Amino acid sequence: MTPGELFLQQILNGLTIGAVYALIALGYTMVYGIIQLINFAHGEVFMLGSYMGLTVFLLAGTIGSGGVGWLLLALCTATVGCSLLGLAVERVAYRPLRQAPKLSVLITAIGVSFFLQNAVMLGYGAQDRYVPALLPAVRWGGGAVTVTPMQGVIFGVSLLLMVGLQGIVYGTRLGRNMRATAQDPLAARLMGISVDQVIAGTFAIGSALAGVGGLLFGVYYSTINFHDGYLVGLKAFTAAVMGGIGNLPGAMLGGLLLGLLEGLGAGYISSQWKNVIAFVVLILVLLLRPHGLLGERLSERA
Amino acid sequence: MIPGRLLRFLAIAAALILLPIIDGNPYHIDILATAALYALLALGLNIIVGFAGLLHLGYAALFAIGAYTYALLNLRMGCSFWLALPISGGMAGVAGVLLGLPAIRVRGDYLAIVTLGFGEIVRIVFTNLEEWTGGPNGLMGIAHPVFGSFNFGVNSTPYYGLLVVLVAATAWACAKLRGSRMGLAWRAVKEDELAAGCLGIDASRMKLLALGLGGWIAGLAGCVFAAKQGTITPDSFDFILSVMILAMVILGGIGSVTGVIVGAVVLSAAPELLREFSAYRMLLFGLLMIVLMRVRPQGLFGTSVSPPAR
Repeated sequence: MTPGELFLQQILNGLTIGAVYALIALGYTMVYGIIQLINFAHGEVFMLGSYMGLTVFLLAGTIGSGGVGWLLLALCTATVGCSLLGLAVERVAYRPLRQAPKLSVLITAIGVSFFLQNAVMLGYGAQDRYVPALLPAVRWGGGAVTVTPMQGVIFGVSLLLMVGLQGIVYGTRLGRNMRATAQDPLAARLMGISVDQVIAGTFAIGSALAGVGGLLFGVYYSTINFHDGYLVGLKAFTAAVMGGIGNLPGAMLGGLLLGLLEGLGAGYISSQWKNVIAFVVLILVLLLRPHGLLGERLSERA
Repeated sequence: MIPGRLLRFLAIAAALILLPIIDGNPYHIDILATAALYALLALGLNIIVGFAGLLHLGYAALFAIGAYTYALLNLRMGCSFWLALPISGGMAGVAGVLLGLPAIRVRGDYLAIVTLGFGEIVRIVFTNLEEWTGGPNGLMGIAHPVFGSFNFGVNSTPYYGLLVVLVAATAWACAKLRGSRMGLAWRAVKEDELAAGCLGIDASRMKLLALGLGGWIAGLAGCVFAAKQGTITPDSFDFILSVMILAMVILGGIGSVTGVIVGAVVLSAAPELLREFSAYRMLLFGLLMIVLMRVRPQGLFGTSVSPPAR
């Protein structure tokens, strides 16, 4: 492998994981855009998405078949399951605290996070779980630089979802209501928008995206753990901040960029320090360009 | 001191001294010592979060810096615990200020995330600098404190005593601090930074002061922790710890000295009390946090709910 090929391969691998970060980052950015809450439990929704996928694959294993059909079924399960989970979390934990101090909501989010993590640990065990490979382990591309079918699926699915999300936000009534609520919740309410419904919808969509991200992550790395949500969630949050929190294209760009930086960092610096890269990037972005790459300059909130 | 307060003070002091004498169970005393350690940390974080209003999510890093300072001073130079105690506090205090210098340029949630990032970076640095910190395996054989001819050893009782003294001194200082010019300046900065600035308060200086003082307390706690355990690993100082300490502050009632101590005792004891449900205890713990915030968002001892942001 020549240095040039290595470079290309690292970029490809980085973009793959970056696409997953982008999917999760969208959920953070949507929720923050509407209720200014850093949803700390979002990473756990991602983690649960990967476990929902695992459940489907285990079922597939007992029936004794594999392949693309099961992957699709797992995708549907993760999408529906996680959006329901998001709705439940919003309803049970966040909605009663709409008027409470911000810090209390943060503690609630952390409580939800503990709860979900430990629920999964009790259900599936604390050890790493192996996710079976459903797609053939071939490598596309004749030269040294290769793409696996799974990488193709990740790119395809994320692209589809991001386009779909843009469609929802800019093309539907719910999307318009979401944008209105993000701008000014009070005015939106006065215009007859049910803010509670909008918030619930935002949680459902964001959680579905995270769930799909979790499933793709699980199949791509082939092992999952109940702890994964924390670190990946933080990285996705970094991506959201990097792109400008509250800004959808920003979250996508931030996710891809962060994946790229991590891929290159792991390849050229050291994989030991890989996890520092995200945090260093985060701090640099906040200090040099706090509104993110694509974000509008925020007025100072008290 | 008015007699009523004196009486209450004496009663609390007597109870704290008598507790380990009446109940000699080493396991219970260890829980008490741990609770006191958490109370110290929560008091320190309360200066940053409660007094100055800076949401800090990387407090465990400052605790770690204190612990590693004592461990390295002791292992490399044979430095005694009592000499290392103020040095550990100082190091963590300086670290708090240095990490704070860039962090206070951003505010609100962003400050929380920057401090979280710093917390993670410090932990990963401790994990990866193997020649100095022993890497993921940490440092072993850290000396227990020796007072005169008495070695603190592995028994928790002397640490409990030391920590209670530290907590009492810190709580007293915090209570005094809150009503002082400095405390009032912090409150002004917390409520309205612009207005505070117009009154001649240097907001940046006040914030750094809070970070330094909070760091100093974390450093003291870290030093005692390292001396008590004899072994430290970077994993002991993860994000969950920062979150736990913050949860204690918020649960008890942000800014309230008594509340913060109660919060620390409740939250550090809760997992032990839930031990009967062993496998379910962290699950229940998460649930407890959710329910408590729902029932009493201002915390157990908090009085006022601040008005919504807009």
